[in-house]
Amino acid sequence: MNLKLITDIAKSLLLARFRQSLVAAIGVTFSITMFIALLGFMNGLNDLLDGLILNRTPHIRLFNEIKPTENQPVNLSKDFKNGHNFIQSIKSSGGKLEIYNNAAILEAIKSDPRVRGVAPKINAPVLYNSGTIDITGVVSGIDVMAESELFFFNDYVRTGNPIDLKNVSNSIVLGKGLAEKLLAEVGDVVQVTTSKGERLPLKVVGFFQSGIADLDKIQSFASIVTAQKLLGVPSNYITDIQVKLHDLTLAPAVTKEYAQLFQCDAEDIQTANSQFETGSFVRTLISYVVGIVLLIVAGFGIYNILNMMIYEKMDTIAILKATGFSGSDVRKIFLGIALTIGLVGGALGLLFGFLLSIGIDQIPFNTAALPTITTYPVNYSPKFYIIGIVFSIITTWLAGFFPARKASRIDPVIIIRGK
Amino acid sequence: MEKTVLQSINLIKYFNDPVRVQVLKSVSVSVNQGDFVAITGKSGCGKSTLLYILSTMDTDYEGDLLIDGDIMRGKSEAELARIRNEKIGFVFQFHYLLNEFSTLKNVMLPGLKLQQYPEKEVEHRALERLKMLDIEHLALKKANQLSGGEKQRVAIARALINDPLIIMGDEPTGNLDKKNSDIVFDIFKRLAEEYNQTLLIVTHDDEFAKNTHRIIEMADGRIV
Repeated sequence: MNLKLITDIAKSLLLARFRQSLVAAIGVTFSITMFIALLGFMNGLNDLLDGLILNRTPHIRLFNEIKPTENQPVNLSKDFKNGHNFIQSIKSSGGKLEIYNNAAILEAIKSDPRVRGVAPKINAPVLYNSGTIDITGVVSGIDVMAESELFFFNDYVRTGNPIDLKNVSNSIVLGKGLAEKLLAEVGDVVQVTTSKGERLPLKVVGFFQSGIADLDKIQSFASIVTAQKLLGVPSNYITDIQVKLHDLTLAPAVTKEYAQLFQCDAEDIQTANSQFETGSFVRTLISYVVGIVLLIVAGFGIYNILNMMIYEKMDTIAILKATGFSGSDVRKIFLGIALTIGLVGGALGLLFGFLLSIGIDQIPFNTAALPTITTYPVNYSPKFYIIGIVFSIITTWLAGFFPARKASRIDPVIIIRGK
Repeated sequence: MEKTVLQSINLIKYFNDPVRVQVLKSVSVSVNQGDFVAITGKSGCGKSTLLYILSTMDTDYEGDLLIDGDIMRGKSEAELARIRNEKIGFVFQFHYLLNEFSTLKNVMLPGLKLQQYPEKEVEHRALERLKMLDIEHLALKKANQLSGGEKQRVAIARALINDPLIIMGDEPTGNLDKKNSDIVFDIFKRLAEEYNQTLLIVTHDDEFAKNTHRIIEMADGRIV
């Protein structure tokens, strides 16, 4: 093919203006580097912030809300069917927080192929007793294994071993803020009183730090059995079923289905935490815009250099055309130059972007709010690298297109005559 | 009767800038295989303009142009480029070699473009042509390291690479001293006589023209 000849000529022209070409390539390299580093860092941060909530939030939560009965008895009665019933002073009924028949529900959910895992939970409002002071709070009875697997409970237990919660009877993991208030150390015993007045001594086996200080001041964890004992309820009592799906986006649909199927309240993650998606989206958008602006600036650099090169190489273009190179051959030569600059600059940009990302990843980043994080978070998703190289090719192609078209339209007669 | 290589019928050409001026007024010429033709005339008589039309580079004309019996009108830019590549060799007043390449590569370029032969063969042919013009020792030098006379000889070698039907020259000796002019002229003469090469040379050098086989003299856009 002619391609070899054309690349040959493009290469020679490129090398003849090596320094200018280098500057253009450095422009592309710089912008791709920044693009990769920026997106990697921004998305690392996004993942971190989202993870803060999303990791610990079930995709679907099944529970029973305290609320008035929808169908009041008078409406169910045949005798009053024809009239319009006015009922006043309705109160919420019973306060039955328990999910009925939960063993069967858990089994049914576990066998659903869309579900990654399911974890039962009991939420028990309590008072922690410290001398004469009572501190209000919540004890969550959890299945430690399931909770660790699905919601990274392990990561947030900073002191002590989370599995002790299961192995040591009547044990509790306190929130860090709470432990400071209670002056409790691992191994100490704290007194907990339930809303029904039951009082139980629990052994502290660890501290828990979620990154949300307010939560750490009231929250503590116990095993399901301990929580059931605390509440004085039978061993089939569960207040919450937390479901994690394989695909987060299915949550709203599955939630609706489960609510109907299991006759209880259900909430999906999108409803519970809608603001996070918005935040992530805006941050990602900003990083893309900045990256693309950088690339466009680099594109203008390439455009300039190619334009200059074409003015300098008018003679060359004229002679190529006179000796039988067509306009499209000339265009290919200059597009080839532009794309070479773009590809080389882009590839180096990916490399430097990767190195810069690694650099950012080494910078210490310690904050009390994020106990599991020690350095700045960086996302190394290959997606950004692919987008980066594709954009660099597109911009350089566009930057090369107009000068190349101009070159292809040069009339050799005018150049040769003009001498 | 020799084969007609190049023929123009009633060529008319206007320049539109800055005012409409008729440069060529119904020019009909024909060049046969093996002819060594000089087009002469005063500056501005339209001889270069005629050459550029005959060379297919200028397509803005009225009348008809036939190369090798083919009408050029209506051909696409790429087709014309192909014809120039295959059938026409150029020698300009200024050397117009590509400084980025070696002498050899300069000669090879049109041959590589034509793709009639593999690269090795094109290289061999290029060396042959350089040898024929006694400049094979310059093969590996860069084009900008050559003297003016050498450059022009390299340009002639380049014009010959594809065994063109016709070689066109636009004042090929115009920029050279007497000695180099003579060398270039001798080369042309040899090409015409030994290799039966068709040559069409625009020149205002009367001595040069006198020694060719045929002179076409132009004045004011007409052949006289």
